[in-house]
Amino acid sequence: MIAIVDYRAGNLTSVASALTHLGHRCEITDRPEAICAAERVILPGVGAAGATMENLRGRGLDHVLRDGVIAAGKPFLGICIGIQVLFESSEEDAADCLGIIPGRVVRFPHAVDGRLLKAPQIGWNRVRQTRAHPLFAGVPDHAHFYFVNSYYPVPDDPAATIATSDHGVVFTAAIARGNVMATQFHLEKSGAAGLRMLDNFCRFGS
Amino acid sequence: MLAKRIIPCLDVRAGKVTKGVQFLNNVDIGDPVAMARYYYEQGADEIVFYDITASNERRGLMLEVVRAVAREIFIPFSVGGGLRTVEEMRAALLAGAEKVSIDSGAVRNPRIIAEGARAFGSQCIVLSMQVKRRAASAEYPSGCEVMIDGGRTPTGRDALRWAREGERLGAGELCVNSIDRDGARSGYDLAVTRMIADAVGIPVIASGGAGEPRHLLEGFTAGGADAAIVASITHYGEHPIPALKRYLRGHGVEVRDPPEMERSAN
Repeated sequence: MIAIVDYRAGNLTSVASALTHLGHRCEITDRPEAICAAERVILPGVGAAGATMENLRGRGLDHVLRDGVIAAGKPFLGICIGIQVLFESSEEDAADCLGIIPGRVVRFPHAVDGRLLKAPQIGWNRVRQTRAHPLFAGVPDHAHFYFVNSYYPVPDDPAATIATSDHGVVFTAAIARGNVMATQFHLEKSGAAGLRMLDNFCRFGS
Repeated sequence: MLAKRIIPCLDVRAGKVTKGVQFLNNVDIGDPVAMARYYYEQGADEIVFYDITASNERRGLMLEVVRAVAREIFIPFSVGGGLRTVEEMRAALLAGAEKVSIDSGAVRNPRIIAEGARAFGSQCIVLSMQVKRRAASAEYPSGCEVMIDGGRTPTGRDALRWAREGERLGAGELCVNSIDRDGARSGYDLAVTRMIADAVGIPVIASGGAGEPRHLLEGFTAGGADAAIVASITHYGEHPIPALKRYLRGHGVEVRDPPEMERSAN
């Protein structure tokens, strides 16, 4: 069973639909027992860092994710806001985040070389795989994925980055460290390439 | 760099696509779920469902379509047509749509743009505007008027002012649909699209008039659009999406790989 963490934000059903389509059993839940009992855990979502952290803390899910999931060695996948809250802090809402990956989350610059940069970036951008990882099995390098983001993560340790993308600046688009994996792009909305990565996560370590 | 998007638009009335029952590669083009699956497999970058049903009772049918589509296709799709309230937007988003497209309802009550953006984020709110050419005047400095109710009712609003107002209120994208070109297959209204794209800092979607591959190229280059709505050019199989993308890429436009390009990259 895969637990999709419900923190009353964003549309979680699209991740559940994608997992069901791939033939994996999943449950959308905010119950700590269910999350700790799951074989693997996904933290998806669209939203602001401050509100997401408030919702997680309000349900005690920050401790559950840190101790019951990540320290317990369960495969964990963060998507979009789910990659950002893994870091120590975000410029968005000046939020204190989970601090699982050393580093911070910053906003896209308003202009690059005198040209206005649109934020959020909404649409399909290429993802360059900077390090081999089982998540990318069968996924062509430089494939397009669907992004909706104004902020992006900056890990202290560059080795945490497994993929980058380019929206005026080159930024970290995916990270991995041990059992923790996360993408800035929406795997559940990125067509065949996204489904393949979700399926790879569901098979990671087994 | 973001890829330019090709977005097929499906007009749905009471749960059925309205371009009449025809078949394309054995796909019943009257069935919105089958059409969505077909376009998903063809490499469409997004899909728009436009609900042209008037009554509330039939609106439930549209939500059923949205739920069925969300189970089967894994790219963003939006729902528009007759949305008037934040609650109606919420219902479409909870049913699985990535975005909602608001049009006449936003002209009648501009506050719903801001309320929707606050509730769901700007990235969920597409402001769709039907524009009609007018002689440039003090009333219409841009030379275009905003129309509503499927283009039947004039509003007295200047198109460029409304585009800026929509952005200020929190729209995440603007869809510019030319009433003059709609269904004419003579190309997008490039001047109007370019004027609005140059005036706002959010993505602009060209709509109305695509009949040839070069119309998309012109929309992305001369028109400055970030995305293009297609309907009849792709609905009848004349110009499949992979062929349109190969054509655009051949002319230097960044597009997302259609499925067979993905395979050849392996």
